[in-house]
Amino acid sequence: MFGRDDILRQPYKNYQKWIADEDIRRLRKKSLEAEAYFRSTGITFNVYGQEEEAERLIPFDIVPRIISGHEWNRLTRGIIQRVKAMNAFLHDIYHRQEILKAGRIPLELIAENEVFVPQMIGVSPPGGVYTHIVGVDIVRTDENQFYVLEDNTRTPSGVSYMLENRETMLQMFPELFSNNRIQNVSDYPKSLHRSLSACAPPACNGKPVVAILTPGIHNSAYFEHSFLADQMGAELVEGNDLKLVDGRICMRTTQGFTPIDVLYRRVDDEYLDPLSFNPRSLLGVPGVMDIYRSGGITLANAPGNGISDDKAIYSYMPDIIEFYTGEKAILENVPTWRCSEQESLSYVLDNLSDLVVKEVHGSGGYGMLVGPAASKREIRTFATKLKQKPANYIAQPTLSLSTVPVLTRQGLAPRHVDLRPFVLVSPDKIDIMPGGLTRVALKEGSLVVNSSQGGGTKDTWVLEE
Amino acid sequence: MLGRTAGGLFWMFRYLERSENIARLVDAGFRIALTRFDAADDEWASVVETSGVKGLYLEQHDQFDATSVINFLLRDKSNPSSVISVVDMARNNARMVRASLTREVWEATNNCWMTLKSVMARPVKERELPEVLDVIRKQSAQVRGALHGTMLRNDIFNFARLGTFLERADSTARILDVKYYVLLPSANYVGSSLDNVQWETILRSVSAMRSYRWLYKGEISPKGIADFLIMDHRMPRSLAFCYAKIDDNLRFLSKDYDFDAPCRELAETIYSRFSNQSIDAVFEFGLHEFIESFLSDNDALYQQIQRDYGFYG
Repeated sequence: MFGRDDILRQPYKNYQKWIADEDIRRLRKKSLEAEAYFRSTGITFNVYGQEEEAERLIPFDIVPRIISGHEWNRLTRGIIQRVKAMNAFLHDIYHRQEILKAGRIPLELIAENEVFVPQMIGVSPPGGVYTHIVGVDIVRTDENQFYVLEDNTRTPSGVSYMLENRETMLQMFPELFSNNRIQNVSDYPKSLHRSLSACAPPACNGKPVVAILTPGIHNSAYFEHSFLADQMGAELVEGNDLKLVDGRICMRTTQGFTPIDVLYRRVDDEYLDPLSFNPRSLLGVPGVMDIYRSGGITLANAPGNGISDDKAIYSYMPDIIEFYTGEKAILENVPTWRCSEQESLSYVLDNLSDLVVKEVHGSGGYGMLVGPAASKREIRTFATKLKQKPANYIAQPTLSLSTVPVLTRQGLAPRHVDLRPFVLVSPDKIDIMPGGLTRVALKEGSLVVNSSQGGGTKDTWVLEE
Repeated sequence: MLGRTAGGLFWMFRYLERSENIARLVDAGFRIALTRFDAADDEWASVVETSGVKGLYLEQHDQFDATSVINFLLRDKSNPSSVISVVDMARNNARMVRASLTREVWEATNNCWMTLKSVMARPVKERELPEVLDVIRKQSAQVRGALHGTMLRNDIFNFARLGTFLERADSTARILDVKYYVLLPSANYVGSSLDNVQWETILRSVSAMRSYRWLYKGEISPKGIADFLIMDHRMPRSLAFCYAKIDDNLRFLSKDYDFDAPCRELAETIYSRFSNQSIDAVFEFGLHEFIESFLSDNDALYQQIQRDYGFYG
């Protein structure tokens, strides 16, 4: 919220004026109202392995995170460039593998990577789109310095929070929306439907039938799956609703079987098709990969995308962008040490207390070490793990993430945030919603924003320029 | 609509209906226990039996005292038919079919679940029972109100209503099944005070004490009660009323889908027993036999509906 020398940043000027006149007790009351609204709407996520209280709320903070139109445009250009490169990279990796031939990426990084899906070799998804829905995690360290922390090209979640957080703010503080020119995000479901429909497979005749595949009501992101289905007017299907009939994947309705054209699947690759992947999976559809390969259905996102958002690949992203677009990356990568390389490993081991070390395939903030916050003992234990399997880890410097105030019992207090904008890719265009999910570390000083680790969310405002 | 969604709607409303019926049975039992002290334990035993969980109850308790029965029927999670269990299942089904519900119906269901969970977080004491039953009644009334006030009258509504009325018919028939003997003319305690207690319980279990008195000018007779609960179209919990509604909803589905499903014919056959017969004929046939065969027909109809509309594939 504040820039260098504690000067209030331009985009927050209006908001600051408003909040200075607000009574903290009124704000706390609003905050409780918001919580009640989230509970009764059922905007909850499930925590695995906890029987009681299995459904939890992600804490919502009522102070918005505000981005100027100018800043947003720069981010947008960078994200579009990055997403284009990732699509081109995926196509290349599953076809001619030029980038490997050119020696820009080591062959073993692909060949020995478990997220590489050989069943995708030679497959061209409808419209050439691999990454239909992308979430790019961005952090800010300075007024003019943004970094991409991580790409999510498999099944990024959180977009329902972007929409519901905005809805909540509109209800709680309508006056803020007449005082600030805030860009609208509520068209996301419509754009998603349009974007998915534009990727219909060759077998589709007529208006494409879109469905969302969910693992079911016990999945941690179930609320989002049903929310999106509802908002798009698409069916929300589970594996056992689907069946292979006459060469198409069909859903079982009260009036017989209806073919699906585009399946927005929120089920991981591994569980998608017991005939092609994990044979014990009950969440997927037997035979869907064959139908996909023969143009009978579109899967969004494409299987095998993990190879583009893998943390080991991440460090090569600037090269990948340059290789496919011929341009320098607009958005910077966080400097990354690959522990698979001997020299980097010894540097990382020597500097563990200053670094953040992550598992290459990890997510959700599990299994990572935040050096500055760790005890000596935790660091020693982690060093042992790291030495046993160095290729499993990457390390990054601890960034001083930007902060935005949150409402606490004592009033406003700064907390670290990140940002996940959502990107929709169709054959003819790339849409980025002007907003996104701002995650906030609610513990003072903490840098971990993941909801599974006690993080919260905020509404994200992108102002008109 | 997905077959699974149709099934989810059906069961969501079937479970909601069940929660209300159990609360009603507990209410009736409680009333009798307070006013007819001698009959209390027997009455609680028959309440448990009517809920269809007597075996399960006896595995955990050796007598039918008020506190144990109340807590078993209202809040015991090991009892799949307790109010808390069925509301939990109703809400799980609601989550599954959420995109088919209006915001109001979803929120009413979710609030019902949240409220009941918190009300029943601790054991319910006898003196708190009226208040707890009142909460259950109000919560289900809110869901019903939201359903009627906000939902489109289409196939979604039809499957929801089918769940409600199949369950309601089942519940009314069960009450009669457990108490049929007190309605028989041959019963040797006819006219005794015990009789009056039993008749009163039956009417209270279907929340119809007052409406019966009003219709029959206070004259309670076993034949009158049987007629009222089985044949009377004015009585919203009678078998005839439930089957008229089931018939309507199935007819609407056939028209909507342009497909005359076999379940419709079956429902018509069952319904004809109420529309083309008198209560005398039922007594002649045997009240108990009539109820037993109705319960099995009602279940057969459910099986046919779920097959015709692919609830499970």
